[in-house]
Amino acid sequence: MSFLTLENIAKSFGPRSILHNINLSLAAGEFVSIVGASASGKTTLVKIASGLQTADSGTVTVAGQTVTGFVAQAGMVFQNYSLLPWLSALENVRLAVEPAFPEWTPKQHTEQAMKYLDMVGLGKAALKTPAQLSGGMRQRVAIARAFAAEPRILFLDEPFGALDALTRATLQQELASLCRAAGRPVTVLMITNNIEEAILLSHRIHVLGRGPGATLSPSFAVEPDAVSLRHRLAEFLTSGAIAPRLIQEVA
Amino acid sequence: MKKTIANTLLSFVGIVLVLGLWSFISANVAPDLPSPVRTWEESRLYIMQPWEKRGEMDQGIGLMTAYSLFRVAKGFALALLIGTPLGFLLGSSPLFFRMFDPTIQILRPISPLAWLPLGLILFRQSEPAALFTIALCSMWPTVVNTMQGVRAIPQDYHNVAKVLRLSPWRKFTKIMLPATLPYMFSGYRLSLGIAWLVIVAAEMLTGTPGVGGFLWQEYNSLIYSHILLCILTIGIVGFILDRLMGFAEARLRAA
Repeated sequence: MSFLTLENIAKSFGPRSILHNINLSLAAGEFVSIVGASASGKTTLVKIASGLQTADSGTVTVAGQTVTGFVAQAGMVFQNYSLLPWLSALENVRLAVEPAFPEWTPKQHTEQAMKYLDMVGLGKAALKTPAQLSGGMRQRVAIARAFAAEPRILFLDEPFGALDALTRATLQQELASLCRAAGRPVTVLMITNNIEEAILLSHRIHVLGRGPGATLSPSFAVEPDAVSLRHRLAEFLTSGAIAPRLIQEVA
Repeated sequence: MKKTIANTLLSFVGIVLVLGLWSFISANVAPDLPSPVRTWEESRLYIMQPWEKRGEMDQGIGLMTAYSLFRVAKGFALALLIGTPLGFLLGSSPLFFRMFDPTIQILRPISPLAWLPLGLILFRQSEPAALFTIALCSMWPTVVNTMQGVRAIPQDYHNVAKVLRLSPWRKFTKIMLPATLPYMFSGYRLSLGIAWLVIVAAEMLTGTPGVGGFLWQEYNSLIYSHILLCILTIGIVGFILDRLMGFAEARLRAA
């Protein structure tokens, strides 16, 4: 059963055709990556899939319902973090928790936000503002913000694109463990320009061709063996067995 | 530190030079212009007893300034109360902007001297007419800056509001307002400057007690040194107001 479906999506900006005949389908709990070069229309695709932008033609459905406006019970992580600089890390996460759980008390909202900040290892930095945090820490806050609302589906727009390789590897691990720890199927659509990252994290990978008028390739399934091997390798690399000090400094 | 001392010394030299020019003009070119020394001697009573009330239009310079400041505060508050929401509306609604921008561009350059008679006709009393004029003339920088601030909010923040499903009120208090605040304060600073310019004209025309009213009365009484006293007071108070607003603005940007 398909949870997220894109059918015959096309989008142009003026005379420039960006996306053409895009078809995509994600089962509930599936992690699918779209790999493409920069400026190939990846961001436009994820914005259309999430309902932030409307397509010129074609339909997007989530759980059988046509998408108009941003998808309900969905989270999004942007490449440039998009944290609000005048709010602390805790307030940034809390801002997402409040509308997601309107029936909760303010204390429960704060507890939920703190729980997810702890999960990304930022419990101690909860009261710092984004300007006081490093790039990796900011993206951790953004990931905590997306997960704290307990979404059914997550859209990740080059979430680790702005980070250095080591921080990237650590955060990839954290993302994978957050998905596993969710205790319910979280469907993820990730956009990336990094093939390694796509192989490490996803079940299936599509390649978005070069624009203008980019189309999607058929999907490549990532072999389960490859996934577990990569996981073990990455876990070993980031577990602290090699250089714990180095990784801490980066984080 | 060294630079601060040099700057203080230089501004002192500048003041002395201007005082010298003033003395020269009053001694050689315009005999009606009181010299700095004469201005000081004739104004002494008003400066040394700033809170003395001898009559309706014969009060210490402190009291006169206080009347003007109080009037400006009321007019300025009115300008902010009208101008800020108007700026938000114009900034967030393209329809509203297209509808009212031409009108605003026409109203903006109108002199306070033109508004005041209309205020007197509308309110039949000098005090509300003065407030009306101050508010109408000084609100435009607030309107325009707030509008530009709202427009300058990055699309990313609008997307965040959509992704987090913020209610319109939450979006306003958590995103729009904090993002616009620095622009708003630049507008407030300019508005206060204009409000202080307008007060003098408003008081001169309505003859109410205050630095502007006092200035006009002393002109009619031929006490020219008091005109200079008023001019200097207006300048110094305006300078202090601008510095205070600049300070508040800097604090806001740093936060």
